[in-house]
Amino acid sequence: MSARYSFAGDEFLFVELSEEMKLEAFFRSISITDRLRREAVDGVIEICPANASYQVRYDPDRLDGNRLKALLERFDTELAGNRQRTLHTRVIEVPVFYDDPWTRETLMRFRDRHQQPDATDLEYAARINGYDDTAAFIEAHSATPWFVSMVGFVAGLPFMYQMAPRERQIQVPKYLRPRTDTPRQTVGYGGCFSCIYSVRGAGGYQMFGITPMPIYDPAGAQPHIDASMIYFRPGDVVKFTPIDDARYEVLDAQAARGEFVPRVMPYVFDLDGYERDPIGYAARVKEVFA
Amino acid sequence: MSIEVLKPGLHTSIQDLGRVGHYHLGIPPSGAMDQLSLRAANLLVGNPSGAAALECALMGPELRFTEACRVAACGAEMVPKLDGERLPLNEAFIAPKGSVLSFDFVRAGARLYLAFGGGIDVPERLGSRSTYALGGLGGLDGRALRAGDRLALLPCSSRIPLRQLPEQWRPRFDAEHVLRVVPGLYEHRLSPAGRERFYAETWRVASEADRIGYRFKGDQPLEFVPREPPFGAGSDPSNIVDACYPIGSIQIPGGAEPIILHRDAVSGGGYATIATVISADMDLIGQLQPHRKVRFEAVDLPTALEARGAYRKRIAALERHFAPD
Repeated sequence: MSARYSFAGDEFLFVELSEEMKLEAFFRSISITDRLRREAVDGVIEICPANASYQVRYDPDRLDGNRLKALLERFDTELAGNRQRTLHTRVIEVPVFYDDPWTRETLMRFRDRHQQPDATDLEYAARINGYDDTAAFIEAHSATPWFVSMVGFVAGLPFMYQMAPRERQIQVPKYLRPRTDTPRQTVGYGGCFSCIYSVRGAGGYQMFGITPMPIYDPAGAQPHIDASMIYFRPGDVVKFTPIDDARYEVLDAQAARGEFVPRVMPYVFDLDGYERDPIGYAARVKEVFA
Repeated sequence: MSIEVLKPGLHTSIQDLGRVGHYHLGIPPSGAMDQLSLRAANLLVGNPSGAAALECALMGPELRFTEACRVAACGAEMVPKLDGERLPLNEAFIAPKGSVLSFDFVRAGARLYLAFGGGIDVPERLGSRSTYALGGLGGLDGRALRAGDRLALLPCSSRIPLRQLPEQWRPRFDAEHVLRVVPGLYEHRLSPAGRERFYAETWRVASEADRIGYRFKGDQPLEFVPREPPFGAGSDPSNIVDACYPIGSIQIPGGAEPIILHRDAVSGGGYATIATVISADMDLIGQLQPHRKVRFEAVDLPTALEARGAYRKRIAALERHFAPD
């Protein structure tokens, strides 16, 4: 298995495992970075797994970069035979108010930066992915579970990979030019990834809806979020549930009072089981809430 | 003991040396963009060099002291005025009770560091007092200062004499700067001509230059190698499957304008990064005003490490200079 190692300045080592997105590469990234974390190597400052790559920040005054590279190559080789194929994780239900007034108002302000100025982001995504209308598209977006394959961009933003055969995965381009505004907790889409914007700010992903569920908590006001301030972790499995405006109001008020309780179930994700039968596997994931 | 903010300036935020260990969840280091000037200002007032101080971008604040306070200003050339009377930069002074501190327009550089005896007292969040404004974290309520804010100070025990910062630790403001970078990451996505021009071009700092990133303008877009996009990457030739962004890395969305990510960086995304500014040159970026000229120089890793060693020696000498006898 190939990997591309690249030193980034004098403090970072960047490793690309696959040029294209696939869960196999994510599991490889998680295996190597978990191993590095367990070894507690002196001089390693920060370990950042991503979708199909990872990055290590290190202190070159304590750890030689080439030694770190050799170590990571060794881990990769040693793990190749018995790479982690299962992941003890959780399934999280995320309620989504699709086609909500806030993202709609925002997207209207940035039509000049969009591929199709005379349609909403949902209408555009539905059309280019071959769905009859936005209702069918929303149904498709919320029908399959999603796999959190990276956390970042801004604080706590999850990148989510659709659990579906590649030919059925939704794909949309990013905005032609990024927006300068995105409502907090917007559910977005770019490339093959869904995301949830954790804070208000710039963004280039298409906007489909909004969740009342807080996912980043710098004030320490949300009981479901620990001292890291961040709710999601790589490996989490997400199930979107469409909600209407009335339900959104109720849940949003709960969140404002620090009383939002997400539905969460422990779960063991099995990569081989998923790859054998993605459609059947995805359908079974949803049964944890049955 | 507190300081009243009469006018906040353009963008003034509380910063220390930053927080480490949360980038993997998208929380960047933050902290002073010009770390050496922050250290110098703190040492001049007798603080530990990493105490929380104010970082003031391009236009300084106006502050009133409710008690007498030791103050020092280092970094950008923005002359301090105490009750209208000009004072030297890079030299500690006492602001009497009730006095008002303001600043002249910036003459050179971009960021002034303003340290107060004791250091600013805000709660540490994830191990630092630094403001990460995009994430609403740290500093004063996670944001830049506003008129009407009050800053509390930690007790100041120092009685060191009021001293000057020697010339060698002051930033230099040249007409044209060279930033040294280690090429790599997704550099192969640039065409050979694009790569050549990236290093040959004299770039200008764009007006979109802040703590997240510095954007640069050139003559014409750089060319990427056309290709069938890998699954999940997106259709633009400058797109990649979303990956981590090292601090100091340079991306060129659409080939148009290079962006250097700085201390409030977004931690990852879908644009090809092509090189990384060496750690020893990161302070310099914090002092670049819009329209300044910049060139990029490719260096190898041993050269980057050598420059890092020299930078660390400079910091160590600065600490020794102010160490009590």
